[in-house]
Amino acid sequence: MDVYLPIAEVSLDVFLLLGLGGAIGFLSGVFGVGGGFLLTPMLIFIGVPPAVAVASSANQLVGASLSGVIAHWRRGNVDFKMGFTLLLGGLAGSALGVWLFTLLKRLGQIELTISLCYVLLLGVLGGLMAVESLRAIARQRRPGGVRRKLHQHNWMHGLPLKTRFRRSKLYISALLPTGLGFAVGVLSAILGIGGGFVLVPAMIYTLGMPTAMVPGTSLLQIIFVAANVTFLQAYTNRTVDAVLTLLLLIGGVIGAQIGTRFGTRLRGEQLRLLLALLVLAVAAKLAQDLTLRPHDLYTIAPEQG
Amino acid sequence: MTRRSGRRWPNSLLFVVVVFGLGLLAGRAQADPIVADLTSHLIAIGSGFTGASVVLFGAIDSPGDVIAVVRGPPRDTTIWRKGKVAGIWVNAESATFASVPSFYAVAASRPVEEVLAPGTAELYRIGTAALKLEPKPPTTPETARRFADALIKEQQLLGLFGASPLKISFLGERLFRTTIVFPSNVPTGNYLVEVFSVRDRDVVGGQTTPLVVSKVGLDAVVSDFATREAAAYGAIAVVTALVAGWLASLPFRGV
Repeated sequence: MDVYLPIAEVSLDVFLLLGLGGAIGFLSGVFGVGGGFLLTPMLIFIGVPPAVAVASSANQLVGASLSGVIAHWRRGNVDFKMGFTLLLGGLAGSALGVWLFTLLKRLGQIELTISLCYVLLLGVLGGLMAVESLRAIARQRRPGGVRRKLHQHNWMHGLPLKTRFRRSKLYISALLPTGLGFAVGVLSAILGIGGGFVLVPAMIYTLGMPTAMVPGTSLLQIIFVAANVTFLQAYTNRTVDAVLTLLLLIGGVIGAQIGTRFGTRLRGEQLRLLLALLVLAVAAKLAQDLTLRPHDLYTIAPEQG
Repeated sequence: MTRRSGRRWPNSLLFVVVVFGLGLLAGRAQADPIVADLTSHLIAIGSGFTGASVVLFGAIDSPGDVIAVVRGPPRDTTIWRKGKVAGIWVNAESATFASVPSFYAVAASRPVEEVLAPGTAELYRIGTAALKLEPKPPTTPETARRFADALIKEQQLLGLFGASPLKISFLGERLFRTTIVFPSNVPTGNYLVEVFSVRDRDVVGGQTTPLVVSKVGLDAVVSDFATREAAAYGAIAVVTALVAGWLASLPFRGV
């Protein structure tokens, strides 16, 4: 059954969109990442114009993340103070990102930027996470191995504005989460992602947050950043397709609830290894697309007017 | 839902309309070399829209050939060519063409090159080769040709330019009809359907009929609102997503 999407101006199968939303929602619930890094490329692949795919993914993230946060919050796994500190940077970052998006779109380089950012980010992060989680799994199999220090001190602990984050059992500078939020906000706007796949590892490895607190807290800040991106994209680029979003959401919110339940049964290391492999697979596919000679060298970019 | 396209018409009804229409037209056909009309002047895009077809029918005053050209609203169109830079494929070159028809299809009773003298097709802009695609700012003729050819090919892949002319069939010697098919990604706006009567390798008469492609119902409301009240639309999109997310978490509360 086909449905016409008024902003994307194409007809797509309803069940394809619902299923896609469901699959992404499931991942979102399991890993605490929005899943936008898979949703945006998939939407482009099935024929949604890239600009509409990016903006509508952001809109979908708003709903999917709220549903995820509620599920995690019921388990007490959301650090609100940390979430809102991240958000301060996130809002500023997403505004800058939407401006960059408009600029790059005019220069014809938005798709290249999207692909390159994905390859770099996903490759580096996926690699780091895979190595780390494999080590952790290996350590558990050898009982009596060397125990790590609780945390190491480095330059980051010398920054001012030290704040106590009780739920995460952390005493760190507020500048760290704010800066992290800002970087993720920029990526969010350009790539149509919540930035969860950057945020989650950064919160674990850079901030040193307990793994259980990370998905809920990361989703909390994604709600607001994605809402900001949606609004700015709708206002500046007019690329948010509400019908597309709603269909993705119906599938997505249900998938997220199931995913959250599934995720609590998995152990931290296994969860991280799975996410790392997924991230690496997407990076490899995108890198291949960039280096292989495309089937079609030409692309059309219609202009309004 | 509200698909008021030609496809929904039962064939028998369509036939009656065509014959009746032709009867009416035949009365005027004495004066004009060609008269033609469409079964519908509106293609309505509703939520179930998967493309549409419209029947073009008419009569000519004495035996000859007929050529029809369907042209979508003109738009400035940029086409990019990828090149390899430092090992990766990037959009390297581009050309922007002014006023490219967003939809273009030709229908003819016989191959255009058989019924028209070479210069005439160009004069009446019949066929993709006769589209005057001028890049702005101007480039070398060779580059312009290369990008223009690529533009036509891309539009054909999207189904927006007809790859080969559609067939116009005759009922007897004077009455003709053809079906114009529009894909689901058809651009909205005001279309022009030009119909030419051709005899002795020259155009002897012509008629132009308008056709409107427009979104209707909820889709029209959504896209109008998104354009006119962009800020409010953005806010509503956010709120709708939040409500949907919250609603979805309700059934799982007790778990």
